[in-house]
Amino acid sequence: MTSALNHLTIAEAGEGLAKGDFTSEELTAACLKAMDAQRQLNAFITETPELALKRAKASDTRRAKGQALGAMDGIPVAVKDLFCTEGVLTTAASHILDGFVPTYESTVSANLRDAGAVMLGKTNMDEFAMGSSNETSYYGPVLSPWKGKDGKDLAPGGSSGGSAAAVAARLCLGAAGTDTGGSIRQPASFCGVVGLKPTYGRCSRWGTVAFASSLDQAGPLTRTVLDAAIMLQAMAGHDPKDSTSAPLDAPDFSKAPGAGVKGLRVGIPKEYRVDGMAGEIEDLWKKGAQWLKQAGAEIIGVSLPHSKYALPAYYIVAPAEASANLARYDGVRYGLRVEGDSLDDMYMNTRGQGFGKEVRRRVLIGAYVLSAGFYDAYYAKAQKTRTLIARDFERAFESVDVLLTPTAPSAAFAIGEKMDDPIAMYLNDVFTVPASMAGLPGISVPAGLNGDGLPLGLQLIAKAFDEETLLSAAQALETAAGFEGKADAF
Amino acid sequence: MSLDKETVKNIAFLARIKTPEEELDHLAKELSNILGWVEQLGEVDTEGVDPMTGAAGAALPRRLDVVNDGGDRESVLANAPERDGGFFAVPKVIE
Repeated sequence: MTSALNHLTIAEAGEGLAKGDFTSEELTAACLKAMDAQRQLNAFITETPELALKRAKASDTRRAKGQALGAMDGIPVAVKDLFCTEGVLTTAASHILDGFVPTYESTVSANLRDAGAVMLGKTNMDEFAMGSSNETSYYGPVLSPWKGKDGKDLAPGGSSGGSAAAVAARLCLGAAGTDTGGSIRQPASFCGVVGLKPTYGRCSRWGTVAFASSLDQAGPLTRTVLDAAIMLQAMAGHDPKDSTSAPLDAPDFSKAPGAGVKGLRVGIPKEYRVDGMAGEIEDLWKKGAQWLKQAGAEIIGVSLPHSKYALPAYYIVAPAEASANLARYDGVRYGLRVEGDSLDDMYMNTRGQGFGKEVRRRVLIGAYVLSAGFYDAYYAKAQKTRTLIARDFERAFESVDVLLTPTAPSAAFAIGEKMDDPIAMYLNDVFTVPASMAGLPGISVPAGLNGDGLPLGLQLIAKAFDEETLLSAAQALETAAGFEGKADAF
Repeated sequence: MSLDKETVKNIAFLARIKTPEEELDHLAKELSNILGWVEQLGEVDTEGVDPMTGAAGAALPRRLDVVNDGGDRESVLANAPERDGGFFAVPKVIE
């Protein structure tokens, strides 16, 4: 029994803990054992087994006294290495944060901790969350637990690639990720797990290493829709320390998956039928609409005319914000310092050696589009386009409650396949970026396997702060899809 | 927009990122490609459209102007690559 505990969902494990079938310590030990056995995936940058067992024991003690905290108490989770964790190395998968041990805890990871969740370690990711394949990490790529037909190593997607791989490989019951343009949803699709990006403002950004502040949002990666609801509950909530955190109490998300979709109006945006999309993705998309219809929803065609401009606008807005946010890495206050003859020299050396290729590329693009003489042509233009993208969604949501789209234009690709072509890599996020630009919640649900036996996800997008509808529709998809795909080794 | 080597060199200096001379040509090509691709935004009619500066509600919350944190020098300095007493230490900037 004990060896299979890491295969339980959060909901199942919560029940087992409540009934006393096993302890959090046993559950945690099962995950730690699985992590040990699957170290070749490189899913974690830092493992924290001692801390995990300490928190698991504390959870068991609380439970024994009848003081269990709720659905996440005693549940082992992984945390993306973008969340600052007190006393635990935090790297953002960058050389420039060498040795950085925060003296504080991010609000999201503190919320999880305070809900009794047991942190197993910090997951690998693309450097500063910039990437769609987890290959830009200073700590090396993560391997997907899924294998290509030819036995090739596949990318888990990114940037929350370590989190997605860890959930898919049953190394943890759930993982915290972050999503700026698709960094939770795309790896969830690639790894065959559920990934939820909440509405901008639902989860606090305080203590999370910043990439693009107007887009960054934390969310859960889990094996089921119900688990995503349970984990989001613990992560979300108003935080006065983040001025963009919404002053709203989170509703009871765990009730939403069971609410059904009878009478729900589901929009199919015609602009998401892009050139070159695999036929099997289009087929799955149609199947998804059929499933929702059979569950009682109404399917309505809608138009989001500015969709094709979301990605280029994103690649101005996000690098611009990144170039400002990453100015703080100067070799003075934390992380790497590479000495130089003068202060300027020290800055140049530190940042030249500390940032990887993709991060340098984005910081330079950002600095350029913000520079005198180009600001209006690029940055202001992109922000105005962003207004039009958000307006498209507002109009669509006058006639529908939720939108259904594919999550990504392809299944997982091989490691190394797209590293030489930045734009090809950026196109991975073509379906996830529009909702990010508008600040809307989105979820990827594993819906089927392609011809090579690799998972494909479908994405749902809802109105701002309507994660409940998102979860109801996602549950209907999950139930109909009956996705039982299991990564090869598991 | 096509960027030349000198422009890239200047941006890299503005961003304080040391970039080896031999990488500049390749970088100029790469950045030009990306900028060329984003320039399709030129097709979008944004006449009279307000810029969207963020996804959160428009009004920033206020709080009382009171001291609620601070006085924690050790914690602030804990990760300094180099410190001198209670200060961050940097290469000499004033002769």
